[in-house]
Amino acid sequence: MTWHIATLKKLSDSKWIFILPSVFILGLFLLPLVAVFIRSLNAEFFDYVFSEQALDALKLSLVTSAITTISAILFGTPLAYILANWKLKYKSWLELLIDLPIALPPSVAGLALLIAFGRRGLFGSTLDMFGISLPFTTAAVVIAQLFVAAPLYIRSARVGFSGIDKQLEEAANVEGANRWQMFREVMLPLTGKTLLSGAILTWTRALGEFGATILFAGNLEGVTQTMPMAIYLGFERDLGVALALAVVLVLVSVVLLAITRRLEKQERD
Amino acid sequence: MKRLLSLLAFLSVGLAACGGSMNSEPRALTVFAAASLTDAFAEIGENFQQANPNVTVSFNFAGSQALRTQIEEGASADVFASASGKEMEVLIANSLVAKESSQIFLNNKLVVILPADNPAGIDSLEDLATSGIKIVLAAEEVPVGRYARDAFDKMNASFGSDFKDKILANVVSHEDNVKQVVAKIQLGEADAGIVYTSDAVAASDLRTIEIPIELNAIAEYPIAPLVESAHADLAEAFIAYVFSHKGQAILQKWGFDSPLQ
Repeated sequence: MTWHIATLKKLSDSKWIFILPSVFILGLFLLPLVAVFIRSLNAEFFDYVFSEQALDALKLSLVTSAITTISAILFGTPLAYILANWKLKYKSWLELLIDLPIALPPSVAGLALLIAFGRRGLFGSTLDMFGISLPFTTAAVVIAQLFVAAPLYIRSARVGFSGIDKQLEEAANVEGANRWQMFREVMLPLTGKTLLSGAILTWTRALGEFGATILFAGNLEGVTQTMPMAIYLGFERDLGVALALAVVLVLVSVVLLAITRRLEKQERD
Repeated sequence: MKRLLSLLAFLSVGLAACGGSMNSEPRALTVFAAASLTDAFAEIGENFQQANPNVTVSFNFAGSQALRTQIEEGASADVFASASGKEMEVLIANSLVAKESSQIFLNNKLVVILPADNPAGIDSLEDLATSGIKIVLAAEEVPVGRYARDAFDKMNASFGSDFKDKILANVVSHEDNVKQVVAKIQLGEADAGIVYTSDAVAASDLRTIEIPIELNAIAEYPIAPLVESAHADLAEAFIAYVFSHKGQAILQKWGFDSPLQ
């Protein structure tokens, strides 16, 4: 017993070993954001935020990231269900493939997309025969976002589906439910919030996509110039525009992440 | 005050140079240069290093407007070589460059580039206005993007007053620097782009359409040491090399014109 108390005392003396590094790294996260807010707060802030370029970029970002998120749900949910429930021989390789876009630098993603689906790309030349040309279109923005952001949704949906009690599934099986009924009546209601928080993560990532987009989709106001792109170019033209847009993007991300945390907490309770 | 400091720095450096430090201890020179100078300056840098074995030259190549912003935001550089006088003037106005130290060291002009197989069948400047072709330009903030738009204004007089509007309607992307325009054309993703003649020399696999001198925009490139450079003597030496016969010969080899011509 006395030994225990001594150890605890020692621990409390050494608490700074934990606190100091934590404060340092938290400062690194916080200070740049503080600087952006302080430098952007001036009389022209709202002029910048409501300028035509900024509104165009905001609209394009919201529309494309929403399409990306919906596509991720439509294509990713069945895949996550398969990964969670079916026995597949090379499943770990599939999972690696899905994790890869998260680990890859976006510039690699953009280059790969261009080499694959560009007009002269490996598969793009076939698309070209059908009159489809992806680069420099809004569709290319969505594809770039889907490539980098959809894996986040698929990952959390897979975890959600895996967490469902197997006995529940067996019971539904005995009741005579087919796969689709089981998916709709049992799995979806039980995992709804996990799926939603995964979707929001994908949405946040899609909103921030830059590297793959600038390579694959180019930069044209109202067509492919999303907010991160407008911020990058604003940095060179007018720092005020870049800072104002950065503040908007920070705020939108905070709101989306807060919702995600809320959902995750409800899920746990 | 800054002028005084730079004068002091210059004097002390002059003294140091007399002491022969330039040929002994290892030193680093940082040059911020317009993206269009990439190949020529890389070669000039190598030659300069050979002539000064203790010096390592490192380059930051990007759009001049991006470099200007980086310098304004405190990036430490010794020499700035810009593709347009406008970016240099901004730095002079902010006392980051001394007005009298900025000199024009080369001229460049525009040319139309096409992928080798010319998928849109473009044979003349007028064809750029054909609706449906895909044109890639540098953004208006980038010097070459600004020069291209100046050239279109001149072309309006020859090809009809809506020529510029028709071309701009064909633009599918505003790239961040001139090398991005070259890359998009090399990949064949777009049908035509407008770059400097020097870029067309560097990318010899591309087709080109010359722009007559009366319709062309002449880019004058200024170079200057930065006031806050910690290596003012090296910066001066590098600039002197750029102006030397050897330096100018390298620039001409890469498709630039000497300013005196």
